[in-house]
Amino acid sequence: MRVIHDIHGGIHPPERKALSQPGTLQSLALPPLLVLPLRQHLGVPARPVVAVGDAVLGGQMLAEANGVMSVPIHAPTSGTVRAIESRPIAHASGLEDICIELETDGQDQWVVLEGMLDWRDREPTMLAEQIRSAGIAGMGGAGFPTAVKLTPGPQRPIELLLINGTECEPYITADDTLMQCYADQLIEGAMILAHILGADSTLIGIEDNKPEAIACVQAAVVKANASIEIASFPTKYPSGGEKQVIEILTGVQVPSGGIPADIGIVCLNPGTAVAAREAIVEGKPLTHRIVTLTGEALSQPCNTLACLGTPIDHLLQEAGWAAEVRQRVIHGGPMMGFAVSNLDAPVTKITNCVLAPTQSELPLPAEPKPCIRCGHCAEACPASLLPQQLYWYARAKDQEQLTTHRLFDCIECGACAYVCPSHIPLVQYYRAAKGQIRDSEQERKRSDNSRERFEARESRLAEEAAAREAKRAARKAAAQQQATSGGVDPVQAAIERAKAKKAQQGSPV
Amino acid sequence: MSLLRVTSPHASGLGKVSAVMRDVLLATVPGVLVMTWFFGPGTLINLVLGAAVALALEYGVMALRGRDPRVAISDLSVLVTSTLLCIALPPYAPWWLIVIGVFTAVLLGKQVFGGLGYNPFNPAMVGYVVLLISFPIQMSSWALPRGLEPVPGVGEALQRVFSPGSIDALTGATPLDLLRQNTGLLFEDLMMSRPELSGWAGLGWFEVNLAFLLGGLWLLYRRVFTWHAPIAMLAALGLCALMGYDGGSSQSGGSALFHLFSGASMFAAFFIITDPVSSAVSNRGRLIFGALIGLLVYLIRTLGNYPDAVAFAVLILNFCAPFIDHYTQPTVYGTRKPTP
Repeated sequence: MRVIHDIHGGIHPPERKALSQPGTLQSLALPPLLVLPLRQHLGVPARPVVAVGDAVLGGQMLAEANGVMSVPIHAPTSGTVRAIESRPIAHASGLEDICIELETDGQDQWVVLEGMLDWRDREPTMLAEQIRSAGIAGMGGAGFPTAVKLTPGPQRPIELLLINGTECEPYITADDTLMQCYADQLIEGAMILAHILGADSTLIGIEDNKPEAIACVQAAVVKANASIEIASFPTKYPSGGEKQVIEILTGVQVPSGGIPADIGIVCLNPGTAVAAREAIVEGKPLTHRIVTLTGEALSQPCNTLACLGTPIDHLLQEAGWAAEVRQRVIHGGPMMGFAVSNLDAPVTKITNCVLAPTQSELPLPAEPKPCIRCGHCAEACPASLLPQQLYWYARAKDQEQLTTHRLFDCIECGACAYVCPSHIPLVQYYRAAKGQIRDSEQERKRSDNSRERFEARESRLAEEAAAREAKRAARKAAAQQQATSGGVDPVQAAIERAKAKKAQQGSPV
Repeated sequence: MSLLRVTSPHASGLGKVSAVMRDVLLATVPGVLVMTWFFGPGTLINLVLGAAVALALEYGVMALRGRDPRVAISDLSVLVTSTLLCIALPPYAPWWLIVIGVFTAVLLGKQVFGGLGYNPFNPAMVGYVVLLISFPIQMSSWALPRGLEPVPGVGEALQRVFSPGSIDALTGATPLDLLRQNTGLLFEDLMMSRPELSGWAGLGWFEVNLAFLLGGLWLLYRRVFTWHAPIAMLAALGLCALMGYDGGSSQSGGSALFHLFSGASMFAAFFIITDPVSSAVSNRGRLIFGALIGLLVYLIRTLGNYPDAVAFAVLILNFCAPFIDHYTQPTVYGTRKPTP
């Protein structure tokens, strides 16, 4: 039995996971239009390889990866490219981004897919490249290009592949459903990923509020006769944070500012593992994902396998949305998700949940009161920070103290704000403060650059002036030398010459 | 349709500032009842008069500051300030003493710094210390407990408060005073010699401290604060008393039990030094904060000239809190030194 370690802090918000009936997938109607943002991952946007008007097949590449920190985008079904332009996307900023708009034809014709059943005999680098070209980016929420994680380099040998099936956010059951419905695929995917990483052991961590998922995955491990360990641990938010789940299951902390690979661990989402298996064994790119549609404003909350690019509005309508006045639609969960500003925004590779709560279900935040430094936030912080001090310094814009109090180790899980009796939007203060510090960092770099440029120019000008001065001094010295040694004063000589000339000109012809 | 845009987290717990303050107020009830039993209705009069003055002041100041005064009143924090101060004031203190004390606590202790959450010092202790320095006679005449004197009725009590001097009432020294003034007797003999010193820590005082301990434990159970500051203070006070006891000579500082259960020990440990605003913030910081208060309480009690030492000790440590905070930041995730 693996020793389960405890993490500092954490909270127990109401889970509300039964609402979306984890374990079953509803099939919903295909939307007439798919909107595929070029950036659905963390990094550089993909580069379109189709033109407006092109007819495309399902699985066809629409945009190619642009560098290492990028993954391609594929068509989730057959249809016609209608536009490549700015569209609303699901992003906390509420800004638009370039998207490929695909009009679906309902035929769902696909390109011919070629899988590799012999992946055990293939080179890990080649398999990782295959995973990149299938467009796979972390499906747990951050969307980090998976191929990059799979190639940590020789200086970071990987001992442990950790599949993070914690899903600690309330409401969300996408991973739960995936682990129940795709347990066999998950195990094979985990074996492929472990092969690519050369990991000695594989561990699947699942919170103990998902007994069905644990049973399914256990059965699949037995069936596949795989040497994969399954560990369940007590439910607590935010156990599913990458750093937190690593500490819970190994007792080791990821060094501040480092990545799990620094301590020989790669942590991946179960959805990512299933997508990796599809990419390798079936040759199928990432075009769909499981999305939890939930909240009491929906009459049929469910989990569904949605095409990437499906507008959120379409999903909500399919799930029986009864919009309230002053409605809030949340992309992600109630703790870390962000409010969507436009319902035309599409599902992307990181959309694990769309939450449409009623106002009584998730009341709007109360008016903030002064901080009384009760310390409940520090008790709840999984990173052992002092949120009340960070809040104080964030308000004072004291960047030095914010850095000393390790603002950048904050994972923005929201546990502090959840327990705050004064209802202070703490996370928002930290996000803003982080942004300000990054800005002033840039500003400092810029001013350092200009100062260096200025100093370089000054020293160049000084050098030039010094050189001129030296030349002049040399000439003067030479002239004096001549005057003293040659006996003829050059000034006197010049005057003589001028006089002579004048006399010559002045004489009558 | 227009959607609401609010930032995460979207869920929030049930905690409220007013609930925290209400819990603190409720937790004082056992202590106040026991005080009333032993010393009569004086404390209750203090509380009611103090609360009225405090509410009026808070309302007025918040209105002057252009804030919604009802919001400020509803968080109950000003009632906590006035309640803690008025429990500490001698029963049957003249009305003007209470008014001046509350005035100082609410205005100079709290509002001049910006109100709730911004005060560097414990407001109740600011009020208490100002009174102690300005009116030492009134502040050190404590009512005699039931058993030595009949407890006054409400009418007599009101007369003593609002028409001070019209009644000759017996007041006396507290057990802590008696101990300090003792020069010739062994501790045991001293305890036997005076009826005020009967029991474990003085007549009535032991029970009062026990009642505040009870309220404090309930607050711990309600997770209003953590155990660190109170336990550290009591441990330090007990330890100092043990070391200073020297078997109970006439120079002895009194037994550990006497120090823990006399004067304002329990009240301070669970109601005064746990004020989060003016204390250290981290758990480790609160351990140091509490322990130093315990040490100072013992030193001032045995070497100083005042009836009790809590207010001075707390104010001195309020000064030190930012300094303690600086050196007691918790080890953040991922910054632990690797164990070899």
